[in-house]
Amino acid sequence: MASTNFEKFKSDGSLMGNVMEWVDARFPLTANWKAHLSEYYAPKNFNFWYFFGSLALLVLVMQIVTGIFLVMHYKPDASLNANGVPVAFASVEYIMRDVSFGWLIRYMHSTGASAFFVVVYLHMFRAMLYGSYRQPRELLWIFGMFIYLCLMAEAFAGYLLPWGQMSYWGAQVILSLFSAIPLIGNDLATWIRGDYVIGDATLGRMFAFHVIAIPLVLVGLVAAHILALHEVGSNNPDGIEIKKNKDPKTGIPLDGIPFHPYYTVKDIVGVVVFLMFFSIIMFFAPELGGYFLEYNNFIPADPLQTPPHIAPVWYFTPFYSILRAHTVNFFWVDAKLWGVIFMFLGVLVLFFLPWLDRSPVKSIRYKGPIYKAALAIFVVSFLILGYLGMLAPTEGRTIVAQICTILYFLFFFLMPWYTRIDKCKPEPERVTSK
Amino acid sequence: MSRDEKVDCSRRNLVFATAAVGGVATVATAVPFVASMLPSERAKAAGAPVEADIGKLAPGEMMRVEWRGKPVWIIHRTREMIESLKKVNEKVADPESKRPNQPAYAKNEPRSIKLEYLVVVGICSHLGCSPTDKFKTGADSGIDADWPGGFLCPCHGSTFDLAGRVYKNKPAPDNLEVPPHYYISDTRILIGEDKKA
Repeated sequence: MASTNFEKFKSDGSLMGNVMEWVDARFPLTANWKAHLSEYYAPKNFNFWYFFGSLALLVLVMQIVTGIFLVMHYKPDASLNANGVPVAFASVEYIMRDVSFGWLIRYMHSTGASAFFVVVYLHMFRAMLYGSYRQPRELLWIFGMFIYLCLMAEAFAGYLLPWGQMSYWGAQVILSLFSAIPLIGNDLATWIRGDYVIGDATLGRMFAFHVIAIPLVLVGLVAAHILALHEVGSNNPDGIEIKKNKDPKTGIPLDGIPFHPYYTVKDIVGVVVFLMFFSIIMFFAPELGGYFLEYNNFIPADPLQTPPHIAPVWYFTPFYSILRAHTVNFFWVDAKLWGVIFMFLGVLVLFFLPWLDRSPVKSIRYKGPIYKAALAIFVVSFLILGYLGMLAPTEGRTIVAQICTILYFLFFFLMPWYTRIDKCKPEPERVTSK
Repeated sequence: MSRDEKVDCSRRNLVFATAAVGGVATVATAVPFVASMLPSERAKAAGAPVEADIGKLAPGEMMRVEWRGKPVWIIHRTREMIESLKKVNEKVADPESKRPNQPAYAKNEPRSIKLEYLVVVGICSHLGCSPTDKFKTGADSGIDADWPGGFLCPCHGSTFDLAGRVYKNKPAPDNLEVPPHYYISDTRILIGEDKKA
């Protein structure tokens, strides 16, 4: 840790100075302030794409704060109340109608969930553009992927809590995925549900996961992600290491500027613009036409009746499409299991990105035409899969989803070859400002 | 510790033994927590059988009853519906119900005790959605022109015939499950129990 490299605070004799000296002698306050903010040197050429890390942190804080206030009124209870409505569903309606500003806090939380994924997907795409996952940032990328996995689990558990039709049947579909595992599958699914079907036991544990277990892990992973980042230093749009060119006297990277005040101030601009978009959606279209809050979820859960069309929320739909695209049994394995395997593989393959990319350069600015084309095809396939995942399956759509699934995986599986033969441009010595 | 320093092996073995015992204790501590997530005694007891009265079920209609929180369908099949089963034998994945998704007394082409009445759990064997009934035949069904009637799962498009048999090349791997059941009288079925010998 950096704490030993910094001198302890010396008081100038004022009261404030004395307090600071007292604290700093007992806690690495100035050391951490300097190591992570005022003397953390980030490349000076950050662009638009570098807003999304700090925005993700903002949304995380917002989700935790709004979540605390929602828990004060929400009740994880699947039994029916005197009106025949599940208590959990009724408590969400109660928050929306009777709790002062309850509607605002809940819409902040539900819009925040989608905003989290928007920001995180853009953050991940930034890493793919500029090769931020490459050596020496492999572990940073892996921590980030674990954060993404946690986020998916968190969103899934949270979506069950309102106990509407989509909560219920969405959970039914996703938890049934585990039953596809040979031999132990059915027992495992029963163990996860805590009952033979989705019920009160399932709701109770998803509540526990959503409000305490996963957030604890998430916060820990975010801390690890930031510590790893500050250990290796930030990448930049040129994909070159600023630590290679240091001022010989001070040892400070020539192309680095202190995170505080330069990037804290820059990020405030990002926060203001983000909050403008966030507020427009939250106040004027919190359901966003059924994409952020699905209409079927305004109907209480009914175990006897599946809604005519069920689809997960938008951020899961690309993987849901991959799941549905598998319709053929082969190698004595059911299509169902193939779908589940490839859906999970679709997420897991991202973990290996640092070792799949064999390009001599990191940034897209200096990569050759093959990688640019491959990335474009990948992005288009991912978006098409996401779009198809929201629609009911037809034969034509299934074929398109199958083609996009193949393209999605080819992007990764062929990467070690096409990145090696690609014609890259030479990297510059120092960062450029475009 | 440098390599050539002398190691006190008996102390090291003691460290290993302590770590091993501590590890076992830690794993053992996980047991109550893992076990607490299994279905509780109350959840296990809730699986009592339910009775259904089929006296008023007209031919061509279906009724739903809840058993263990799952929808159970009872379909009164018409003559045409029963005949359609023969025609689709070629198209369904497991026409003879070889895979164990039914009690022995329903392991036949109509997958039922009585030819007219089909009793199945209305949960798709793919990912647990409840399929919707598509009894209209032909193009009216919205499925295809020679659709003989059956069920369509809205989630992933699996189709089933009027004996709950899944069509080939669909995401669902298995036929719909036939629950244990028997006829108490001509018009009453007990769902959730086999007939005692």
